[in-house]
Amino acid sequence: MSSRKKIALFIPCYVDQFYPKVGIATLELLEKLGCEVSYPIEQTCCGQPMANAGYEHDTMDTTKHFLKTFESYDYIVAPSGSCVLHIKEHTPEIPEKGKEQQGIKKKIFELTEFITDILQIKMLKGHFPHKVGFHASCHGHRGLRLGSCSERNEPYFSKAKSLLDHIEGLEWIPLRRQDECCGFGGTFAVTEEALSVQMGKDRLDDHLTSGVEILTGGDMSCIMHLEGIARRNKNPLKFMHIAEILNKAIQ
Amino acid sequence: MSHPVKASEFLKDPDKAKWHDETLWFVRDKRDNSSKGIPEWEKLRDTASQIKDNVLANLDKYLLAFEEKAKANHIHVHWAKDAEEHNQIVLRILQKHKCKAIVKSKSILTEECHLNPFLEKHGVDVVDTDLGERIVQLLHQPPSHIVLPAIHLKKGEISDLFHEKLQTEKGNEDPEYLTHAARTHLREKFLAAKVAITGVNFAVAETGEFVVCTNEGNADMGVHLADVHIACMGIEKIIPRRKDLGVFLRLLARSATGQPITNYNSHFRSPSPGKELHVVLVDNGRTKQLAREKFKNSLKCIRCGACMNTCPIYRRSGGYSYGSVVPGPIGSILSPGLDIKKHSTLPFASTLCGSCSDVCPVKINIHEQLYEWRQEIAKSQGLNIKKLSMQIANGVFSVPFAYQMSGALLRGALKILPNSIAYSGINAWGKQRELPEVPQETFKNWYKKNKA
Repeated sequence: MSSRKKIALFIPCYVDQFYPKVGIATLELLEKLGCEVSYPIEQTCCGQPMANAGYEHDTMDTTKHFLKTFESYDYIVAPSGSCVLHIKEHTPEIPEKGKEQQGIKKKIFELTEFITDILQIKMLKGHFPHKVGFHASCHGHRGLRLGSCSERNEPYFSKAKSLLDHIEGLEWIPLRRQDECCGFGGTFAVTEEALSVQMGKDRLDDHLTSGVEILTGGDMSCIMHLEGIARRNKNPLKFMHIAEILNKAIQ
Repeated sequence: MSHPVKASEFLKDPDKAKWHDETLWFVRDKRDNSSKGIPEWEKLRDTASQIKDNVLANLDKYLLAFEEKAKANHIHVHWAKDAEEHNQIVLRILQKHKCKAIVKSKSILTEECHLNPFLEKHGVDVVDTDLGERIVQLLHQPPSHIVLPAIHLKKGEISDLFHEKLQTEKGNEDPEYLTHAARTHLREKFLAAKVAITGVNFAVAETGEFVVCTNEGNADMGVHLADVHIACMGIEKIIPRRKDLGVFLRLLARSATGQPITNYNSHFRSPSPGKELHVVLVDNGRTKQLAREKFKNSLKCIRCGACMNTCPIYRRSGGYSYGSVVPGPIGSILSPGLDIKKHSTLPFASTLCGSCSDVCPVKINIHEQLYEWRQEIAKSQGLNIKKLSMQIANGVFSVPFAYQMSGALLRGALKILPNSIAYSGINAWGKQRELPEVPQETFKNWYKKNKA
């Protein structure tokens, strides 16, 4: 990556508050891959929780703030498919900022797609001797198309898998349902609590019975939900964001 | 009752819920395999979607063309603006023929119009002839799925029902035995009915004919034995040309059950000598939906049910949790258009995972419409606590200092709250889940210290 390009790190609010280690891993990983990254300190939240609850029209100020914070950068990278999808598809139109808003939508990327598509890195060398199960977050998977979707008749691909595949010792564990939703769904997790938890349990079962040791994914929101259920039920699974695995592997 | 309440009830029987999930997943899996056997599958979906775009943009013209051709084919064509008119039209035809018992093959439209109770009130005996429909009819239940109406029932329950109603052996759960009993029972009804009602899968504007797809041949059996055939269709069921069937019939059965084609795809063009053929074209809210720019393409639906089979919510909450004639994802975008207040929880009965849109054979952007309905519902509810909290959140997220302060407060609260409060019933998150462990500092603080 040319050092002239300005790359901004966008750390979703709940990652900032609860999973700083994921933010740190993302930053360190990008630096190891030769990027110069800055973290605009004024950033807050993308507004997704409000919009998905039906209040997109109440996120005008949040969206304006996001634009102001990030518009001067060439790329914006986030360790979350969900928040990136929100910026691309569900931010309200800011009439006086039409051009900037369109620009932001084109230059914001989820971490794995930034590495494979923009940095053009097709494989990473490293060492991580563990059995890994990948949870494809729906917004990253079917929203950003970070991998082929089981519903569609298309050749198999997975941006995450392409990055994990050449890590020495890492075993990618195939799942019975490769891309079923975990049941997090933002406010769904509390408004439809019973369903949300059942969906989470079913996902965990798939990983557990397939012999997964570490469950990973591109969205901490899904992982927060799955880990919360696993800890309550004393499941032996460990949880890491894909940025943490990659950062650890290529140390 | 709201969707969450009914879903929690469904989940109270975990074994049955798991069985329901696995059964429908099996159907989806068959659909996946079947669709992957066709290299041009995605192109077929595009084509079907485009044909339907054209239909919706020119619905008036195609309907009039269909009417003209159908009349020339000696079909009686009726127009019904709503369910009430539809039911009256059907009743008048029955009364004209002094008909007191009819057979009906599966038709979601007549469910939508609540035709059965209406006719029964007027002294007409209605028998649904699709096996699954007959089962739920005997139980006085509506269908729980548009293609698999009795999918919520296990073999044992059907055995008990048939023992009670059709005098089958107690405890005999053999599907072949039970099906045979239903067949014998239905045969009498077929022979006695002077009028047969069917739905319509596709009506062809170019020729004035229509096509009915069934796996059991029950529509054909009913129609051929009766003197009068009444076909009831929603106005969106029109397609321009007969050759378009080559697209839709390939998609329909594969999407619905994974079969290459439905067993019976019967074309009806004109009545046999001495018989009568009626088509009732029903609006019942469809033109209203057509006028809603964001939601109009929900009318592309060909009722294959694939979105139900794939939906992780539907599979774990069952068709009745939706409280609407058409359940599942497609029902959740159709029903609010009919009654936004009654169906206000349906667009939220989704994680917006998008699987429904990806299986849809006519590429309806179902999950995007669920999102859009949420916006409409929030607006229709005006100012309430939820709205207020969203406005506060918007205020907080647009001011970095306020964000940091409230984040610090939240993190602080999580650290010091005793578990008895953090995991009380008020906190839906913590009922069956642990909260994340609170780290020493936020990423922002770490960055300021180490990088800035």
